[in-house]
Amino acid sequence: MAGRFSALSLLRQATGGGQRLAPQWRDAAPADAYDVVIVGGGGHGLAAAYYLAKEHGLRRVAVLEKGWIGGGNTGRNTTIIRSNYLWDESAALYDHALKLWEGLSREINYNVMFSPRGVMMLAHTEHDIQVFKRHVHANRVNGVDNEWLTPRQAQAFCPPLNIAAGARYPVLGAALQRRGGTARHDAVAWGYARAASALGVDIVQNCAVTGIRRGPDGAVQGVETTRGFIAASKIGVSAAGATSTVMQMAGVRMPLESYPLQALISEPVKPVTPCVVMSNTVHAYISQSDKGELVIGSGTDQYVSYSQRGGLQAVTHAVEAVCDLFPTFSRLRMMRSWAGTVDVTPDRSPIIGKTPVPGLFVNAGWGTGGFKATPGSGHVFAWTIARDAPHPIAAPFSLDRFRTGRLIDEAAAAAVAH
Amino acid sequence: MLLIDCPHCGPRAEPEFQYAGEAHIARPGDPAGLSDEAWATHLYYRSNIRGLHAERWRHIHGCGRYFNAVRDTVTDRFACTYPAGTARPDGAGVTGEPR
Repeated sequence: MAGRFSALSLLRQATGGGQRLAPQWRDAAPADAYDVVIVGGGGHGLAAAYYLAKEHGLRRVAVLEKGWIGGGNTGRNTTIIRSNYLWDESAALYDHALKLWEGLSREINYNVMFSPRGVMMLAHTEHDIQVFKRHVHANRVNGVDNEWLTPRQAQAFCPPLNIAAGARYPVLGAALQRRGGTARHDAVAWGYARAASALGVDIVQNCAVTGIRRGPDGAVQGVETTRGFIAASKIGVSAAGATSTVMQMAGVRMPLESYPLQALISEPVKPVTPCVVMSNTVHAYISQSDKGELVIGSGTDQYVSYSQRGGLQAVTHAVEAVCDLFPTFSRLRMMRSWAGTVDVTPDRSPIIGKTPVPGLFVNAGWGTGGFKATPGSGHVFAWTIARDAPHPIAAPFSLDRFRTGRLIDEAAAAAVAH
Repeated sequence: MLLIDCPHCGPRAEPEFQYAGEAHIARPGDPAGLSDEAWATHLYYRSNIRGLHAERWRHIHGCGRYFNAVRDTVTDRFACTYPAGTARPDGAGVTGEPR
């Protein structure tokens, strides 16, 4: 098993032609029973397993992944991290995550390449200006950094940005969160898997959950999987787009719908865009990876689907907007596009907490913006599972809010999916 | 991009259509008598099925009419389209059951 990373260990490995690299986590076979089983080996599930072991002392924990870890939405998103959400509950949740991002590489001794390069959200209409200024003020009241930029200030922060008045999508200003940025999505999955595995968590890949077994009292007893029955008195479902399907195995319906969300990347070029730029009004997000590719995200396709494929018109729309905002990018060739399946709630806020079934917990509904929350999501979900009570930050995000009407309506707050 | 067979206009490309959510969700007949749970179910809970899904579409850049379709959400292939207000042709449950 791999030892601790340090400057010295990296130097030693660099000189060995990669021969000294060891597997970073145990590819475990499932045991017969665990205290907690996490369904879904994406960033959120792996983070939850890590915090269960690290902060709650649970050692008999397994993460069950149908495919390979980080192969779902964790490896398919556009890696944007920010916490400038409107409502108090959201700001608390996402800023909890952002604070964990800031120390994450050190915490798990794995370079997740967190890069707080700034996230700039463009205003194209009078309505955008009012909404973003409201966000700036609400964020500052909540201790979340966010500032308003004029078009000239926006261009100074991001030089290739086109602020010409005659543009199809004129830039009338921007909201900038300097603490926001990006991280390396694969490294987040690998780093959490490595750190969890070192604490005794079993990372079980190629293990699809096919059923949830419940006892006469209704409480969960374990999961049926393609690799046999695994007993567990607590099950945490962290299955993103597949959440409705998994929860149905326990007879629980969810206020979720799963949609394709697409992204694409360009050929790699030298550093050209220094920050993340988001245009919610036209559904285009762009940043540059450390390899030099421009990473572009589009809006969801309009229909429910598990195909992990979307229509070309959605990415075309995003690319057209990007070319208008950054005319210099119009000659770049696009190299790859792909889609993930995102589970969307009616109020565009996640669902974290207990369910009507004793022992069954759910962390879902992160929609199009779950990556940014990975550490915070896993952290509060682990707390919720370990104590069988919602973490104070997670409490407002209960499944019950759809009955009581206490929605956390970020859909109306942003007027778009995010 | 989907090719959608509008029951009134024939097959057209997806950008002519607007998706309108799961089909066959009737508004409660006695809204005042409904419990909070029932309201939540009506407003927010959907089958989100992995398999054959009954859904509404509107041909906004054609006849402008709503119609229903059954589509496999794994392959995105349409099984059939049928006029609004008619029963699901394959006789499956109204809200669908998991495959």
